[in-house]
Amino acid sequence: MSRRDIAAVLSFSIVAMFFIFGALMIHPFGAPDETGMDDNIITNAQTETGANNAVTSVVFDYRGFDTLGEATILFTAVAAVIMIFRRLNK
Amino acid sequence: MSGMSKIVKTISSITFPLITIYGLYVIAHGHLTPGGGFQGGAIVASGCAMMLVSYGSIWIVSRVKEKNLSILESLGAVCFILLALLGLGFGAVFFNNFLVGTNSLFGVVPAAGSGLADINTGGVIPLMNFAVGLKVIAGLFGIVLVMAHASRTKGEKK
Amino acid sequence: MIFNIPFIAVAALILIGLYAVIFKRNLIKMVIGITLIESGVNLFLITLGYREGSIAPIYTSSPGGIMALPVPQALTLTSIVIGVAVLALMLSLVIHIYRHYGTLDVRKIGGPEE
Repeated sequence: MSRRDIAAVLSFSIVAMFFIFGALMIHPFGAPDETGMDDNIITNAQTETGANNAVTSVVFDYRGFDTLGEATILFTAVAAVIMIFRRLNK
Repeated sequence: MSGMSKIVKTISSITFPLITIYGLYVIAHGHLTPGGGFQGGAIVASGCAMMLVSYGSIWIVSRVKEKNLSILESLGAVCFILLALLGLGFGAVFFNNFLVGTNSLFGVVPAAGSGLADINTGGVIPLMNFAVGLKVIAGLFGIVLVMAHASRTKGEKK
Repeated sequence: MIFNIPFIAVAALILIGLYAVIFKRNLIKMVIGITLIESGVNLFLITLGYREGSIAPIYTSSPGGIMALPVPQALTLTSIVIGVAVLALMLSLVIHIYRHYGTLDVRKIGGPEE
């Protein structure tokens, strides 16, 4: 077992310990702590955006910039994949 | 890759229009029911991938060019950003929902609380759904088509 | 503590993915590990936004009652599409690496013997 393997096992165990403790000590399932913003969105989504689906109103209206960044990432990935395979498809 | 047997081709030809119609329904009702541009686009792209698997990439590539798919995807992105810029022009800020409350196309505000679905609501959200749906259909199908066409073997070039 | 089973599932998913990324040598298995980590993150976001006995935040013919938080669901939606795009990019790069080196073992790609 080389030194590299020992370092990998050690770091993996430390990260695993943090994850297990975090999963056990987080707030109980089904009772989120801070819900003010989401309650505001649930209450006002219909009158402010006109959409019955609150999730869609968040995606395209309240947090449109996130969707813009996501569209940019999708565009970049498609362009990169087509560029990578262009030579193979000739 | 090459095509599959006659049975698979027939069943795919029968189910492909149904899958496409369902995906377009999910896109068009994105502001009312669970779904939206991403999910409906993924459904339609899955139907296209089924056609690709059953008929083979050579048959598909002779009919659909990847360049056209790329142009369609760019068109969806441009429509999306254009709608956001129209919010900047008509309203105050980027991504402003300028159509809501105008009682024109998609401009009706629904009654608060639980109610029946009215397709004519949502402001710019249905239009953005269509733009993103076009983008996701063209993008995912382009990726699958290019990868499938690259994995064909040497003897299949016809 | 026993009601935290969804969070424990999230930790298990992320740890399995991390194990595959760290200890596996095959590039395809590492890509599968990254996808597992991404699924764990998606499950974590969805789990954070759940309220006890809540319904989906959609008003069309809804039966009434408290609703789940919409913002984590929207961000998960964004995250899923990003995951698909990144997965396609990773797989195409892996295909190119295989065509160039003839192997998928990370110890043999660009190793010290070169």
